[in-house]
Amino acid sequence: MSAAEEVVTEAPAVEAVPKRAMTLGYGTSLVVLAALILTPLFVKNFIIFQMTMLLIYGLAVLALNILTGGSGQFSLGQSAFYAIGAYTTAILMEHFNVNYALTLPVAGVVCFGAGFLFGQPALRLSGIYLALATFALALAMPQLLKLGFLEHWTGGVQGLVVTKPDAPFGLPLSQDMWLYYFTLAVSIGIYVASVNLLRSRSGRALMSIRDNEIAASAMGVNVALYKTLAFGVSAGITGIAGGLGAIAVQFVAPDGYTITLAISLFVGMVVGGVGWLPGSIVGSAFIIFVPNIAEGISKGLSGAVFGVLLFLVIYLVPHGARQVALIAQQLAAKLKKN
Amino acid sequence: MPFKLRTAVLSAAVVACAVASGSAFAQKTYDTGASDTEIKIGNIIPYSGPASAYGSIGKTEAAYFRMINDRGGINGRKVNFITYDDAYSPPKAVEQVRKLVESDEVLVVFNPLGTPSNTAIQKYLNSKKIPQLFVATGATKWNDPKNFPWTIGWQPSYQSEAQIYAKWLMKEKPDAKVAILYQNDDFGKDYLKGTKDGLGAKGASMIILEESYEISEPTIDSHIVKIKAANPDVLLIYATPKFAAQTIKKTAELGWKPLQIVANVSISVGSVMQPAGFDNAQGVLSAAYAKDGSDQQWNNDPGMKKWNEFLDKYMPGADKTESALVYGYGAAQTLAKVLEMCGDNLTRANVMKQAASLKDFTPDTLLPGVKINTSATDFAPISQLQMMRFKGQKWELFGEIISGDVPAD
Repeated sequence: MSAAEEVVTEAPAVEAVPKRAMTLGYGTSLVVLAALILTPLFVKNFIIFQMTMLLIYGLAVLALNILTGGSGQFSLGQSAFYAIGAYTTAILMEHFNVNYALTLPVAGVVCFGAGFLFGQPALRLSGIYLALATFALALAMPQLLKLGFLEHWTGGVQGLVVTKPDAPFGLPLSQDMWLYYFTLAVSIGIYVASVNLLRSRSGRALMSIRDNEIAASAMGVNVALYKTLAFGVSAGITGIAGGLGAIAVQFVAPDGYTITLAISLFVGMVVGGVGWLPGSIVGSAFIIFVPNIAEGISKGLSGAVFGVLLFLVIYLVPHGARQVALIAQQLAAKLKKN
Repeated sequence: MPFKLRTAVLSAAVVACAVASGSAFAQKTYDTGASDTEIKIGNIIPYSGPASAYGSIGKTEAAYFRMINDRGGINGRKVNFITYDDAYSPPKAVEQVRKLVESDEVLVVFNPLGTPSNTAIQKYLNSKKIPQLFVATGATKWNDPKNFPWTIGWQPSYQSEAQIYAKWLMKEKPDAKVAILYQNDDFGKDYLKGTKDGLGAKGASMIILEESYEISEPTIDSHIVKIKAANPDVLLIYATPKFAAQTIKKTAELGWKPLQIVANVSISVGSVMQPAGFDNAQGVLSAAYAKDGSDQQWNNDPGMKKWNEFLDKYMPGADKTESALVYGYGAAQTLAKVLEMCGDNLTRANVMKQAASLKDFTPDTLLPGVKINTSATDFAPISQLQMMRFKGQKWELFGEIISGDVPAD
């Protein structure tokens, strides 16, 4: 186990996350779901667009969370899989006129494959070395997309413009609102599947690898297979998020998928709470809205303000949204007693 | 005083209407983002991220409109300039532009920077019929009024600049052996295409070598050695500042003296010519459309005097050698002119119409003789440049103002 992992897992009060603590209770889940369904009915299209992006980045953070929180592997290369997913969707939609909904499973499968293959050699690396290898992938991706022989498909530096889909069956919804509900449905599906995955036998195997690789292999877990599978699943979900992102933004270009995106996703995961799946959406909110707040405070120093805010979060609540949720729960229990 | 102001507003409106259409006589009509007291202008520019050096353009424009407002605004209306950071990321650009349009409700989006960001927002703005005014990129595709009637460029396109070099070569050195060094991206490829188009079928045989480099390479010395081996007598340097400086320096170190032409983006005396060494840069050619803020020859130029006064008062401490300050001032002045021409008819359609009816307009910062002209079929405001030669420690203009309009494909 590497130093970086120990920083996360050895900090006080972070015992390995028990599987039940990875999700929200039914009551809370329903309240969050209701809020996500009803809010768009009362806000402007722009806010709906932001909420769509919130879900999309939430999915990407969730994918990283399965990898890091679930199997204990690090990745700074999620932006590369996000880009592959986005380009798969964009190319299928624009060059082959495939329906947007059908492009998403394709993006997922392509990215699963890419992640699985990348995971094979990367297996020999652990902790920070794996993080570095994926970092290299993220750095290379924007340049690979500009390669001459791919340019016919990717549009090179100019990128590809994607047409936004209308609501089907003549539903009286705006494009933004339809896309939001479509994204919400996909997100709920993936969230439920991820929760079930981590609760299943495979999930237990992943977590045992995270907690102690040697013990896990002594117990008969095929460490190599499960580690690559975790990588593949994470890449697949990131790819679907990328595909949705391409449809929502209506444009893909190499400059949209730089290392900055990978680091943002990483920040989102830490702020949301490593290994706590519902935290993904909180982390996603952090990486979307906090830069805007920082910019509002100071234009010239927006980066510095963002840094200070991030520092405060890490300093005050090192386990992110999960810690806040726990504190809230304890407070609620105290109030009930009184 | 209020009476006087109103008369001024009225007469300005009357003049504008008479020039423009003759309709809606002094009648006030507004779209979202304009009112009796205010005009809301939206802008996105990278204040953070890899291209944050361009942030100075946004700051200059904000300062320019502060000055306009201090002087009473445009036709009595204050300009509310709202500028956001897009970090040079297309998804962020879409988010910020939608915020400007749907939440801040601006009248127009002005001078958004970067080819990827502008491509990302072009379809959205055109479908909403919101002007994407004077985009800050040198790609050729913005001059396409037929397909994108709500998008208009500002600066000369890279292709038209390259055509000017090609035309000059055909005339002055018809039997030259030309080597082209270009950056392997849209910027470099646009220059390459412009050069080839300009040379045409007759001049195509003049090009003996095309050599490209990646922006990630630490140094391009090996490329220069390779080019020298082919023994051309003209070297076209379509490179960004760091690489342009390296090229000029390396050719001198090799004791090789071809005729060198460097792209307009790399003409800064401070960041290209000085690092390359003034001795090495003697005789290098280029073309320009704007004055250089650090060039002594404009000290007594009335336009640049105004620019200097503006900087001293509204951006004290700014680095005057930065070309972004000249650029932002010129672009902002063009927008102010268009809004002034709109008079009391501040609809988006009229803003677009006025932006496409600029006749011989000359911002303070453009070279003498370079004029902004647009029409319903010409959405490339600046398409003139003048050749210049580096001598001593500054550029010397020579020859005539050359025009190089290139329509979009």
